[in-house]
Amino acid sequence: MQDKDSLRNNISDQKKPMKILVCITNVPDTTAKITLNADQTAVNKTGLPHIIGPYDDYALARGVELRDQLSGHLTVLHVGLADAEPQIRKALAIGADQAIRVNMDPEDSYITATQIAHIAAQNQYDLILMGRESLDYNSGVVHGLVGEMLGTPSYSPVMKLEIDGNMATITREIEGGKEILTCELPLVLGCQEPIAEWKIPNMRGIMSARSKPLEVVEPVADQALSQPVGYSLPAPKGACKMIPLDDVASLINLLQTEAKVL
Amino acid sequence: MSILVFIETENKAIKKNAQEAITYARAVADMTDTTVTALIIGSLEGGEASKAGQYGADKVLHVEDAQLEHHNSMAYASAVAAAAQIESSKVVILAKSGLADAVAARAAAKLKAGIVSGVTALPQIDGSSFSVQRSIFTGKAFSQTQINSETKILVINKNTIETQTSEKQATVEPFAPSVPETDFKAKVIDTEKATGDILLTDADIIVSGGRGMKGPEHWQALLDLASALGAATGCSKPVSDLDWRPHHEHIGQTGIKVAPNLYIACGISGAIQHLAGVNGSKCIVVINKDPEAPFFKAADYGIVGDVFEVLPKLTEAAKNRH
Ligand SMILES: Cc1cc2nc3c(=O)[nH]c(=O)nc-3n(C[C@H](O)[C@H](O)[C@H](O)COP(=O)(O)OP(=O)(O)OC[C@H]3O[C@@H](n4cnc5c(N)ncnc54)[C@H](O)[C@@H]3O)c2cc1C
Ligand SMILES: Nc1ncnc2c1ncn2[C@@H]1O[C@H](COP(=O)(O)O)[C@@H](O)[C@H]1O
Repeated sequence: MQDKDSLRNNISDQKKPMKILVCITNVPDTTAKITLNADQTAVNKTGLPHIIGPYDDYALARGVELRDQLSGHLTVLHVGLADAEPQIRKALAIGADQAIRVNMDPEDSYITATQIAHIAAQNQYDLILMGRESLDYNSGVVHGLVGEMLGTPSYSPVMKLEIDGNMATITREIEGGKEILTCELPLVLGCQEPIAEWKIPNMRGIMSARSKPLEVVEPVADQALSQPVGYSLPAPKGACKMIPLDDVASLINLLQTEAKVL
Repeated sequence: MSILVFIETENKAIKKNAQEAITYARAVADMTDTTVTALIIGSLEGGEASKAGQYGADKVLHVEDAQLEHHNSMAYASAVAAAAQIESSKVVILAKSGLADAVAARAAAKLKAGIVSGVTALPQIDGSSFSVQRSIFTGKAFSQTQINSETKILVINKNTIETQTSEKQATVEPFAPSVPETDFKAKVIDTEKATGDILLTDADIIVSGGRGMKGPEHWQALLDLASALGAATGCSKPVSDLDWRPHHEHIGQTGIKVAPNLYIACGISGAIQHLAGVNGSKCIVVINKDPEAPFFKAADYGIVGDVFEVLPKLTEAAKNRH
């Protein structure tokens, strides 16, 4: 029989609890129509239903699974204003243990990444999961920025993620296919389906979310490197030309001579 | 002060989307009275590097290093940052792709550069003010974004500019940036890549199928039309979720965003999340048996009918076209 001390040492060696950070955005629902204010200086936010970014939802779902599997700890992080709190609470209801909100309206990817990297450097997470891209800016760059700021590898879009000890096995999409790689933690990853199934909060989750810690921290001083100065909407589409079913072949002709795309 | 443009390669040639990026860089160079330097990583067919000149590059920095043959966004970002420093580049251009976004992001953090991804027009430059239009909310809106940092990184969407060609050849210089070992922490253990297929993001024509195609066993009719048109094939999300088609064909807000000249949708309803992935297309054709399908509102040409009746006829006409 092992004595108690060596047993404890063993446990702490093997089971250093995995610290996971999931970064979530608060974005208009995918079905929402975007409208602008009268002088086109802002997107109308009032009445626009918001959700956790769909890709962030995948990251969160896999994060919760890995936390359970590895008896780890999961923090969700959002850089944004208080109007995101329903979405942050939802992430807690889905299974995050704790939440942090950096209280600022980030003007660009750089300042967002600066804030995330700052929190990450303070807390030394083993795994930082993000969405492949946010649904508002679709940049797909915050994970790369954070990875570089932390000196940590970053990969996206990740479709499968397994963790074994200190090693991650990642399947990610590349153009026209996929690639499997292994890499030591810590890592920053941008996630997409089918990494996990989206999770819906259950009643117990919703109840417990109310008492889980949601810490609001002030941003570190730094400046955005870019900012939006005006908005516009795409030109409305002209009428659709209908091709009769008995003259389908004429479409090819129109595509050649009228649309000039063939 | 050169404008730096990062070139992706595919099968030892300059990738098509990179041609547009070079032309875009040329236009920015002409606005700011400077030159274009193209950074190419990876070995190419003989003479291919100097072809960057045809699209507008003056000079090519060519990196040939066995360690860098495999796409590695971290190492490539180190190379981009090194090239930007040597060329004193204040503007770095990349053509949007999964690789380009990752390279651009990591390079931006190294260079403390403002980064804008999803650029859809040439910049507006007025004295020291530099702003550029980008697509936001998956194409549902645009924002004009001002970049204030000294170095600026732009990742441009497909179809932002018409590729220009000339007879010009670029001068080619070998380039050996120092890339830190830490950029090679990961080990690639397997790669699966469809060979010979036209890449969706590169394709000028895409034929795409939805749940209206009824099952994977019916895809031949769609593949036939694609092959008659030299098109790539795509699908809606449920189709890839059901494993009727591979995941990398999934188009839409949560899939690949495409911007071909011609997008032909077969049996796809046109849900807003699907439209968000195709709204950059120049011309959209919709085939659907339901005249009320929302996709018709976003289409240029429509056929109300059964895909299995329409597709063979279209294929026939496509084969017989002049
Ligand atoms: C957060 C979120 C993100 C999403 N992201 C995406 C995305 O990225 N991409 C995406 O595609 N979807 C996405 N979706 C799903 C989207 O909402 C739709 O469910 C999906 O696009 C529908 O696919 P479909 O048109 O193939 O199928 P259906 O909606 O089932 O439509 C099938 C169509 O085929 C027609 N049809 C049937 N039989 C025939 C026939 N014989 N001949 C001709 N026409 C026929 C029908 O009239 C119908 O219009 C997302 C949903 C959510 C909630
Ligand atoms: N304001 C934010 N707060 C927290 N995470 C963010 C924020 N913006 C972006 N992210 C994360 O970065 C990912 C990529 O975002 P983007 O580069 O904007 O496409 C998102 O899916 C999120 O996981």
